[in-house]
Amino acid sequence: MNISLINLAYLVASVLFILGLTGLGHPRTAVRGNLIGAVGMLIAVVATLVDRRIISYEMIVVGLVVGATIGAVLALKIQMTAMPQMVALLNGFGGGASVLVAGAALIEVGLLSGKPPTQLTVATAATGIIGAVTFWGSLVAFAKLQEIMPGKAVLFRGQQVLNALLGLIALVIGAWVVVFPQTINAYWGLVAVSSILGILLVIPIGGADMPVVIALLNSYSGLAATATGFVLSNNVLVIGGSLVGASGIILTRIMCKAMNRSMVNVLFGVMGPVEGQTTTADEIYAGRIKSATSDEVAMVFDAARRVVIVPGYGMAVAQAQHAVRALADLLESRGVDVEYGIHPVAGRMPGHMNVLLAEAKVPYDKLKELDQINPGMEQVDIALVIGANDTVNPVASTDSSSPISGMPIIEVEKARTVIVIKRSLSPGFAGIPNPLFASDRTLMYFGDGQKAVLDLISALKAA
Amino acid sequence: MDALIIVLTIFVLAMFVGFEVITKVPPTLHTPLMSGSNAISGITIIGALLSAGTQHTLLTTILGLIAAIFAAINVVGGFLVTHRMLGMFRRKD
Repeated sequence: MNISLINLAYLVASVLFILGLTGLGHPRTAVRGNLIGAVGMLIAVVATLVDRRIISYEMIVVGLVVGATIGAVLALKIQMTAMPQMVALLNGFGGGASVLVAGAALIEVGLLSGKPPTQLTVATAATGIIGAVTFWGSLVAFAKLQEIMPGKAVLFRGQQVLNALLGLIALVIGAWVVVFPQTINAYWGLVAVSSILGILLVIPIGGADMPVVIALLNSYSGLAATATGFVLSNNVLVIGGSLVGASGIILTRIMCKAMNRSMVNVLFGVMGPVEGQTTTADEIYAGRIKSATSDEVAMVFDAARRVVIVPGYGMAVAQAQHAVRALADLLESRGVDVEYGIHPVAGRMPGHMNVLLAEAKVPYDKLKELDQINPGMEQVDIALVIGANDTVNPVASTDSSSPISGMPIIEVEKARTVIVIKRSLSPGFAGIPNPLFASDRTLMYFGDGQKAVLDLISALKAA
Repeated sequence: MDALIIVLTIFVLAMFVGFEVITKVPPTLHTPLMSGSNAISGITIIGALLSAGTQHTLLTTILGLIAAIFAAINVVGGFLVTHRMLGMFRRKD
């Protein structure tokens, strides 16, 4: 087909991508928005398939069928609690594909016209670096979230020096690729070094910092596609990639703000006990912890009119979202007002809690953000904390030497009664004790999230 | 050089559009936003298809094939899982 017509189809695809993402701006239009984006992708693929330069369709069919099958099986089988892993994996595949496409383009142009233009070589080097970091970084993130490797931060002496050195080597080889593009092995050398860099950049990041990394890798996978667009001088790649790049950057910024940490601090800083910290867990907890049974907790609920449920990663681990929904239903049937307070970094990726609660059929308009839930907290009879810790730790605003100092929290300590469902008094990701657990208003209801909620429901029904 | 300026212009403008559009997405949709936008980054699939189909050398064909598989996982998996997730979001009934 005429190259202008193909480019016109790419323009239509680009517009559909933008309209699709606009549709994701509201739950009512989001399903349609996603479909519009998919139609845009279909148009771009079909337009490419009619390109006259294509001489054989065998490999194309094989690639599409194999990839689409794997993708479809993953998408349909994956559990909602495993969504962070899934997104990490998808980020990685996008980045990996870009690396290979840029490599193939470098070889092809070298064969056809001898010396490739500078735009192509610079963009190829950029794709090699960003794409390989994305691919391997995402695989490490996946392995951590899937608990194939330890989820906690892996640290060793000289890590940052090594990373800086690898980054420098990658840049030098990148310059080599630009100056001597015919030596294709230089490109694969660049990819190899960037791969190691990708692994090393993600292994020191653990647990609650995962949302930031996933958002950042999301951004990288987009930027890798953009760089590939520069390699191929293809506008739809540039536009599609940029939209994703921008999206990832925005999410990264939101996550960092929600932890009151800079991106540099998340990526290179280590969160841990601050030097000279004086208050130990024992000093805070000793003699002040009030533990309650399901019957005692049920009695407190009998008198409640307003309840706010605050979930954390523990709810995902315990798969307690359905039990939580059942509890909320029971309370609402008794005339209790139930809402949910969702911290931006609760869970392991942006919006993790929202998806889990949506799976349990909790209406999304009951899920409130920090700014919406905190102002009315004094009027709340019970704040029910399930598997959250650092995101409800009042130390964030009282102790300036704390590692979570300045982090916005859900101010459950202002509620009339706080009930915390937790396995033990073990600290959260920040590794610090939580004075909330020792507060006069707090009842600790120890146990597995799911079982504890189900026991509470039985106790409420029996009373 | 002119061609570069054109692509660069498109890149910068697309970033601005991206910032404008994504800023309006509410936190409750951040996970579907990530998986859905991620599917869009699979647009690199069209470069993969070209390499797999033009078959300049055996190496570029194989690179194109593997890239096509990766990108198709990204595209199909991304859009489908987003669709599945968004189907669960509902208002008070």
